[in-house]
Amino acid sequence: MPLSPTLLSSAPNWFQDRATQAWTDFQSLPLPGIKDEHWRYSNAKKIDLESLNSAVEASLEDVERALSCSSGLPETSATFVFVNDQLVASNTEGLPQGVTCISFTDALKSQDDVLQHYFMKREMELGSQKFAALHLAMVQAGTVVIVPKGVTVEKPIEVFHWAVGEHTAIFPHTLIVTADNAAVTVVDHYRSLDEVPGLSCAVADLVGGAGSRITYVACQEMGDVAQAMHLSSAVAGNDAQLKSFQLQLGANFSRSESVSDLVGKGSRSDMLSVSLPLGEQIVDQRTLQNHKAPNATSDLLYKNALYDTSRTVFSGLITVDEGAHYTDAYQTCRNLLNSDTAEANSMPGLEINADQVKCSHGSTSSPVSEEELFYFKARGIPDAEARHLIVMGFADDVIQRIGNDAIERMIHDRVEEKFSRIG
Amino acid sequence: MPTELETPPDDISDIKIDSVGDFTFPERNKYDSGFGLSERTIDYICDVKGDPEWIREFRKKALEVFNSKPMPTHWATKDLENIKFDEFRYYLSDGQKPKKSWDDVPEDVKKTFDRLGIPEQERKFLAGVEAQYDSEAAYSNIKAAVAEQGVIFVNSTEGLHKHPEIFKKWFGKVIPTGDNKFSALNSAVFSGGSFIYVPPGVKVKHPLQAYFRINSEQFGQFERTLIIADEGSEVMYMEGCTAPKFDTATLHSAVVELVALKGAKIQYVTVQNWSSNVFNLVTKRGVAMEDAVVKWIDCNIGSRLTMKYPGVVMKGKRARGEVISIALANNGQHQDTGAKMIHAADETTSNVISKSISIGEGRSTYRGLVHIPKHLKGCKNNTECDALLINSKSRTDTYPAISVRGNQHSTQHEASVSQVSAEQIFYLMQRGLSEAEAMSLSVNGFINDLAKEFPMEYSVELKRLIDLEMEGSVG
Repeated sequence: MPLSPTLLSSAPNWFQDRATQAWTDFQSLPLPGIKDEHWRYSNAKKIDLESLNSAVEASLEDVERALSCSSGLPETSATFVFVNDQLVASNTEGLPQGVTCISFTDALKSQDDVLQHYFMKREMELGSQKFAALHLAMVQAGTVVIVPKGVTVEKPIEVFHWAVGEHTAIFPHTLIVTADNAAVTVVDHYRSLDEVPGLSCAVADLVGGAGSRITYVACQEMGDVAQAMHLSSAVAGNDAQLKSFQLQLGANFSRSESVSDLVGKGSRSDMLSVSLPLGEQIVDQRTLQNHKAPNATSDLLYKNALYDTSRTVFSGLITVDEGAHYTDAYQTCRNLLNSDTAEANSMPGLEINADQVKCSHGSTSSPVSEEELFYFKARGIPDAEARHLIVMGFADDVIQRIGNDAIERMIHDRVEEKFSRIG
Repeated sequence: MPTELETPPDDISDIKIDSVGDFTFPERNKYDSGFGLSERTIDYICDVKGDPEWIREFRKKALEVFNSKPMPTHWATKDLENIKFDEFRYYLSDGQKPKKSWDDVPEDVKKTFDRLGIPEQERKFLAGVEAQYDSEAAYSNIKAAVAEQGVIFVNSTEGLHKHPEIFKKWFGKVIPTGDNKFSALNSAVFSGGSFIYVPPGVKVKHPLQAYFRINSEQFGQFERTLIIADEGSEVMYMEGCTAPKFDTATLHSAVVELVALKGAKIQYVTVQNWSSNVFNLVTKRGVAMEDAVVKWIDCNIGSRLTMKYPGVVMKGKRARGEVISIALANNGQHQDTGAKMIHAADETTSNVISKSISIGEGRSTYRGLVHIPKHLKGCKNNTECDALLINSKSRTDTYPAISVRGNQHSTQHEASVSQVSAEQIFYLMQRGLSEAEAMSLSVNGFINDLAKEFPMEYSVELKRLIDLEMEGSVG
């Protein structure tokens, strides 16, 4: 059954209208060509839209399997498990009072005004308009988190999205809204239950009110023959502190587009990523740090450790608008090339229109340094183990910036597990 | 041949420093291809120049390519759409052969160059000089000692006619016609520029120099330069460019091809100070064979829009490419410059250092490409871009692209953007400098380590030009 729009008959009219319009847009928008600057060094044809099927309800057995594999953090304040875009398990007992953390379909019923206000309102600028339209037309799964003023959710909220069945496309959605001085941490997992082709086309939007803190972690571990897409935006109000971390381990082609809008004075956005592509995996990441207010800071650190014939593409842009004085914006992409056939492409960019700005970007690509290896060997540590330690150190440097021990340990373990697959 | 003066002679020492480049003499063109570009324009140019048949075909083919290629506005500025190709004249000359003696150069042309303070005084030092006025060379000379070593330094027309065996072998090989829309345009209507051949092992001690001057309104200058340094030779070439300020746009679209054979070294120095009506769209690329070095030293001041990304293709083992550039963008100016480094052999190294200064509402852009394909070993690239913003409306962009394959290379790229700090200005003013002087000094400090790479005369001129541009930018 090819893709057809999800018609949520229970959804409010405005949503149905937007979804219908989005389906029309999806069909009329052309697939981005290789001449499109946003797709330079990449290829949108890697996502085989023709072959994809709308998700169907998973069998009981598959649901059981998914549930048994949905282990992540030791302690959470809420957990959700979706299989083929259907909610199959949830536990919200650990949530503080007043915090809303519900599935997307429930939110359409009870949080109509919040969704009307924030749901996919930002224009897609980084090249995936067509895929965003598809998401909007298809979305029915995911979580909506609303944290009221001054409330801190101590333990993370963890959400699993599983794709089951050949050529199944899932469309996970995440919306996090924090009121003034609230704080929350959310972890999304995107996974395939079996090694079959499929797509996860996710959208995550973060809206941080004044003085609030959001930490958002996306772990992409789709199967080796599947594809993944992650389109995210973060809006930071006055003095808000947003942090997003991406772990890119799965899929033969994964693309992420991440935008940070620093609209509030003194706001801060940290954008972090670790990827470890093997075989013929392609990791394609596009970012935008958009400074619209003075005294704001954004800091991006993306690290890729490449093996075999894998490829990475990093394209980042910092824009500093007129009036966004005293901006501090940093952007760093580091590639560790561990094979003679791996390829790293970096396009770090800056556009500065303001005064009293401190901006820098850096990009490096190189193999593991011979000196570092020598240091290990001189201490009796064999080559393979030395390389392992160096690569893990390279990744941990970013992982440790998440600022939550349990999540850092979990991510570290996922990277280790992927590392053990290196031949 | 006595030339009638159409303007009273003025004492060169009286000329104020702020009038550098911005003056014009009446046009006296015997040959004028008229406005617009068509096959007829090309036939006209070929007939006037007496081009061989293969060049005529080459030009016509290039015209087709030019017409078929779209403007690159999907990545470049939309300002390109303001170029009206029908409103330019593509060939202008007074029909005279280049003069070998300074005394023979027509008085007003001579005054133009004197006024710019270029050839005559420096003639003693330079190994050769060529000065181009609109489409054709007005003056061309090479020191006898250098010529005796077998060095050829002539304009491109003469190179084509007198040394076809070398010219044809390399012409259009480094930058093919279809490289981009403007290289195709140049290939269709090129005229003037230098042709240089340095025989094996010859090290030309002093720089060879060319000066390009646009004198006429609504004119396009399309010089074509080809430099071949044979095995183990060395040469330095310096070019300067100016044009007067007209109300209408002027187009300058050059193609420069450098070939450094095994162990050769070419340094190419540009100081351009176009007036702010000039569209300066230039394609420059060099090929470096085994152990060869190609170094571009580039200083871009003025022009309405400059798009220039000097490149080096490192084809032989251990070849080296370097681009050192300074760009200064003032009100109404956009300096879109950068570098392309194509590594095509093992152990090749490249270095890009770019500094830009944006003043007033000026905009400077860095665009770079570093390409290290697969199955190469030991390639290295270093790229540094620093931008200085002077006023709150100044603008700067950086768009590098780095593509590396394999685990035996290393690349690093760094960029920074900063301002002249208020404290720094305060410190200097407290010691008796005016605010403008303090600013000028800070800016000169910012580019000082790069300015040292320029030959002495050029670094002095560069400093002077920067002082001029900085005038009135503060307070």
